[in-house]
Order: sequence, then C-alpha cells, then structure tokens
Amino acid sequence: MDNYSLDDIYIKPLDSKEHELALSTEDLKVYYGDKEAIHDVSLPFERYKITALIGASGSGKSTYLRSLNRMNDLIPGARVDGKIMYRDLNINSAKVDVYEMRKHIGMVFQQPNPFAKSIYDNITFAPRQFGEKNKEKLDEMVEQTLKQAALWDQVKDKLHTSALALSGGQQQRLCIARAIALQPDILLMDEPASALDPISTSKVEDTLMQLKDQYTIIIVTHNMQQAARISDYTAFFYSGKALEFDDTKTIFTSPRIKATNDYVSGHFG
Amino acid sequence: MDPIKESLLKTSKAAKKEKKGKLISEFCIALIIIAVVAIFYFVASKGLATFFTNKINLWDFLTKTDWNPGVKDSHGHPEVGALPMIVGSFGVTFLSAIVATPFAIGTAIFMTEISPKRGYRIMQPVTELLVGIPSVVYGFIGLSVVVPFIRRTFGGSGFGILSGTFVLFVMILPTVTSMSVDALKAVPRHYREASLALGATRWQTIYRVVLRAATPGILTGIVFGMARAFGEALAVQMVIGNAALLPKNLISPASTLTSVLTSGIGNTVMGSLQNNALWSLALLLLLMSLFFNLVVRWIGKRGAVK
Repeated sequence: MDNYSLDDIYIKPLDSKEHELALSTEDLKVYYGDKEAIHDVSLPFERYKITALIGASGSGKSTYLRSLNRMNDLIPGARVDGKIMYRDLNINSAKVDVYEMRKHIGMVFQQPNPFAKSIYDNITFAPRQFGEKNKEKLDEMVEQTLKQAALWDQVKDKLHTSALALSGGQQQRLCIARAIALQPDILLMDEPASALDPISTSKVEDTLMQLKDQYTIIIVTHNMQQAARISDYTAFFYSGKALEFDDTKTIFTSPRIKATNDYVSGHFG
Repeated sequence: MDPIKESLLKTSKAAKKEKKGKLISEFCIALIIIAVVAIFYFVASKGLATFFTNKINLWDFLTKTDWNPGVKDSHGHPEVGALPMIVGSFGVTFLSAIVATPFAIGTAIFMTEISPKRGYRIMQPVTELLVGIPSVVYGFIGLSVVVPFIRRTFGGSGFGILSGTFVLFVMILPTVTSMSVDALKAVPRHYREASLALGATRWQTIYRVVLRAATPGILTGIVFGMARAFGEALAVQMVIGNAALLPKNLISPASTLTSVLTSGIGNTVMGSLQNNALWSLALLLLLMSLFFNLVVRWIGKRGAVK
C-alpha cells in the first residue's frame, strides 16, 4: 500500500468577493480521548452550492461533518478544537447556544431515522418544539417541505399514518423534509443514500439538486459518481486530513495531489 | 461396500446425541406443562367447589363484605364475601405502582440518559440487592419502621393499606426500574441523534422521543411490578393489619387475598367450606396473574406494531 504524504495539501482558496461563504472551518481538530482523529482541517463552503466530502472509510470525513453542528459534543471524551465560522461567529464555543445553532445547521443521517410517529408529526416535531402552534401554518409547512423533498404526491393521503410504513427511500426523503422544516441555512448529510437502492438514490439526488437553490449542502459520500454528479466542490479526506479541495470537475479530471488522483481513478491503497 | 456410502447410511454418534438432546428437552417441557396444568386444575377444582358443592352465589362472593366462612348469617347463608380482600389487594397494588412508577422512570432515565457510567456503578448493585432481600425482611422492616412512622404521623394503629403500599413500593421498585432501563436502552441511538440534530435539548429529546418510544416497555415493567405486588403475601400480611373488613381509609386495618390465604390455610380442614372458600381466593389470585400476563403480552404486541 502506498503511503501518501500528509504534507501535500491543496485547498483552493475561495475569494470572499466572488464567493459568499455559508460556513468555513479554520484548523479544526477533533480528538477522541487522547487520539487526534482530525488534523487541522480548514475548508470553505460556498453558499447555495453542494460540497462533497469524499475519502476512504476511516478517513475522518464523517467525524468532520458531525463536528460542524457539534454532534460530536454528545460523544463522551470527544473534543473539538479550532474555529467553525458561521455568519462571522465561531460556533465552536461554549457561548453559542448549541440548540439554536442546530436549527440553522440541520443534519440528515446515513440510516433513515424517522421517529415512530406519523409523517405529519415527524415534520412538525421541530417547529412545534420551537413554539409553533398555529395549525394552518403547520399544515402549510408540512405540504411545502414534503413538496420540496419530492415526497408530497406519494404521501399526501396518508399524512397521519406511521412514518415507519414508508420505504427506505421515502423515509430518507421524509428525514430531509423534517430537516428543512426548520428552514436551516445549511444541510449536513452523512452518506444519505448509502443505505438505499439505486432508484431511491437517484430520487434523493434529484431532491438535493432542487434544494440547492435555497440551501447550502455539505454531503459525505462513498459514491464517487454521486459526488461527481451532484456537487460543485469536492474535498478529499485522507487519514484525518483534507488533502485537496477544488471544483468538483477539477478533482475528478485533473487533481493536483497524487492521493486524490489515485482515489478517484480507483488505484487507491 | 464403499466406506463413505456405508457411513452415510448409519446413524452417526452426533445424530444420536442430537436426538437424545431433543428428547430430554421435550421431556422437560412436557413436565413443566403438566405441572402448570395440574396446578390450574387443582386450584380450579378446589376453588369452584365453593360455588358448586357449597352452593355459594358467585355474585355474593365477589360483592359481599362479610368474611367469616364458619358463621352463618341471619338467612342461614355462610358469610363468604371476599370484597374486602379484593379491594385490599387492588388497593395496595395500584397505589404501590402509582408511587413506584415515577421513581422507577426517574432512576431509569438517570441510568441510561443522564449519567450511564455513575448510574450503573451505583444503581445496578442497588437494584440487584433490593431484588435479593427476602420478603420477610421487608415485612419486618415495615413492621418496625413503617408502621410506627405511620401511627405517629397519621394516627390509628399504623396497620393498613398505606403501610402495605410503602413496603410494596420498595419491593416492586427494582422490577419496574430494571425493565424501564431495558426499555430505554432498546430505543435506537439514531432516534436521539435525529432529535438532537433538530435542535432539541437533551430533556426535550428524553420526553418527546425516548420516553415515547419506550412507553410499551415501561408499561410492561409497571404491569410486572403490579403482578409482583398483587401476589406478594408475607410482607404485606405483616403490615396490613389482617382484618377482613372493607377498609374505611388508607390507615385502617385491612387484608389482601394473599394475607388471608397465608394466615388461614393452615387452620382449616380440607373439604370444609372454610377451606374451599380460601381456595376460591387462590383461584381469584391465579386468574388475576393470568390477566396481568395477558396485559403484558397485549402491550408487547401493540408496541411491536408501531
């Protein structure tokens, strides 16, 4: 197995005059106990674009993604150092209300994880928690988010039946609808299609392409075709570091780093 | 003959062992089934004799309040009204379940959600110890601590349903707690993550997602606790006062089905009305525990569908 240098790094700078950044990290480190799992990752995420994080299993891309809305806070012994800049505010700070922050930075997980409640209650779960009681507003919200997630036509007649009766792909789109019900700025997606069959996957991908107009999406994926198809930017992770970040086209056609080249061409490891 | 072919046609040692093992386990199952059926038959035949042999009216048995099988009332009917015991049994059972449930759920939440490490180190041995203490010890503590405490606080003799409730509360707490812990632990981790990623606080996640998902399991734990409370005899008998009277309040002496059984069954002659009447109480107990079991199964099924 080739050992790739961890010092050959190319992160394409995004000029803040031309590119509006929704989120960025500066020297982000994640520790599990004493072990440093993520080393100094600095990445920019442009607004209303899809950024894909690719890399082999264990390269740290999911860990990195989960620290962006501080889901790693929940893991005993995990610690995140460095800055996560959102609206000129470092959200990786004890001063920031983590619950309010997660309202603006939503997350969709690998395994579809609807609650054992009705479709309607799944979507209104978070808005109700933040105090929305108006029935008409909630109804409207359910319809709108389900339409955005391309699920409305299939479920409009059974909104009050259990979400667990849906197929895997439908459940995942329901989870997307649930996440956007709070109208977040940013959607983090941790391999949202890896547990789905090809048809459901393409439906989820179509949904993401439509959501791009209104949301900034950061997606972890194992599927390189998927990254190539849907993303505008791609970051390649290796051994807890982001080795390369560039336009998706460049990453897949003429990457600058050898490790990236080997990975995208299938000669990795 | 070809040796492989030959070995294929013979019964091998492993196959013989397999058969033997199957036979032994089938024998054990049959034995258990026979025992259960025999118990049911015995209790039922004895218990029903009160109604068929001694011609006691079933409705009178369930609703009359005078219990004195050896004595005849003014109409010449024996006094076998079991209502005081039925009320006593259900009283201590429901009250102790109501008192124990919030403590059990609180402890279970602490052990699974708030502080698993510390929770387990302290609460696991505590609950196991509580299960291991013999019921006579609980009864003795109830007699020497709870009863005087209630006598001083509320007046009266101190014996009664309230004392029984307190003793049973401690006795069923570990059952309800450990089953609630299991139910909470069975809630998939991704439910919690989904809720937290939607901006819910830990407490919101616990009561809106985790507790809801664990409700069937927790209810099962409560019903198991109630079954235990309903069937407990000795400890209750020591603190309830053993007066076969309809309780006027929570601190007046009362009795339960079990306490009348344990105190009376040795003092009656087999086949007499007094004896048969006690068997009728036993039959009632058996039917109730059957009922609790059915409730548990029903909850389990309903929980599984969701």
